[in-house]
Amino acid sequence: MTVKDHHEDHPADMDDAAPGQEAVNVREPVGGLQGYVIGFGLAILLTIASFAVVQTELVYGPAVVSALVVLAIAQMGVHLVFFLHLTTGPDNTNNVLALAFGIFIVVLVVLGSIWIMSHLNHAMMPLHDPRPAGG
Amino acid sequence: MSASSASGTLASDISARSGAHDPYRIGRHGGHGHAGTGQAEGGPASRYVTVTYGFWIFLLSDIISFSAFFAGYAVLSGATAGGPTGRELFDLSRVALQTGLLLASSFTCGLGSLASHRRDMVWTQIWLLATGLLGVGFLVLEAQEFVAMVADGAGPSRSAFLSSFFALVGCHGLHVGLGLLWLGTMMAQLLVKGFRDDILRRLHCFNLFWHALDIVWIAIFSLVYLLGASS
Repeated sequence: MTVKDHHEDHPADMDDAAPGQEAVNVREPVGGLQGYVIGFGLAILLTIASFAVVQTELVYGPAVVSALVVLAIAQMGVHLVFFLHLTTGPDNTNNVLALAFGIFIVVLVVLGSIWIMSHLNHAMMPLHDPRPAGG
Repeated sequence: MSASSASGTLASDISARSGAHDPYRIGRHGGHGHAGTGQAEGGPASRYVTVTYGFWIFLLSDIISFSAFFAGYAVLSGATAGGPTGRELFDLSRVALQTGLLLASSFTCGLGSLASHRRDMVWTQIWLLATGLLGVGFLVLEAQEFVAMVADGAGPSRSAFLSSFFALVGCHGLHVGLGLLWLGTMMAQLLVKGFRDDILRRLHCFNLFWHALDIVWIAIFSLVYLLGASS
């Protein structure tokens, strides 16, 4: 083997990578110290962008929500790739599938709640009605 | 029996794969070209993989429980009951500092992981200590914010918005606090027991936990603080 496996303390497991395992060899840009530095830099840039969206007038007001959501998802992606070392490689299939199921449930819970509760709000009687019941 | 079991370490991935510990030869590379019925080709993964995969499942379910808090906050964020709104309460410079501290601690946590792969005890401990101090700084800022809000009459009982805010952000802060306890435990175990296989697995699980907390914080600072301050 000419390529030195970065993760020497565990036997090379060619079929599965543990979540977050730094199995990528050190030549890849997401591996080793370089990966953490790149990820850290990208995360800082995206954080600054998020704060700039709110604290400056650069983004059209009604689009601020979308911009924040997009920037947050992008930064989560940076963390997953550069800090948690998630890849699209075959040894990461189980980790990615578990993550995909988690994201599915999260989206279902959050968007489903917002959707249902906004409809309920429309159907609710005004709560500040001072008249006594009955009568 | 053999030299591997007398070496004082727990059954490692290497010994688990040897014939003595794997009588049915379901371990990887132990078969004769085809797997037995109901077994994936190659058999079960190594212990390092299965343990951290199990922890990965736990983290995802933890994030799902966070999503319930996020859903509650999203539904109730407008229900201020005449009380203060996020725009009046949130101090974005403090939030920026908190974000920087937690992001830096995620970075130093990764550097500690790299140092542990080099079996470098001094630097592993230094980076873990840096991670812990940054985490403490984050928690101190959050505690300051909560105390100031409660003192201003904007405690969790003021409105549904504030109830859901304290539940969500407090739940994340609780995770950070528990993570710090875990971090201290890992530093002590690493110091006393050294780079044993089981200690390295726990350390890796802690790394996953800490990075996941930072991912949850991304959602909090974007969708709670920044969105609340802008609307």
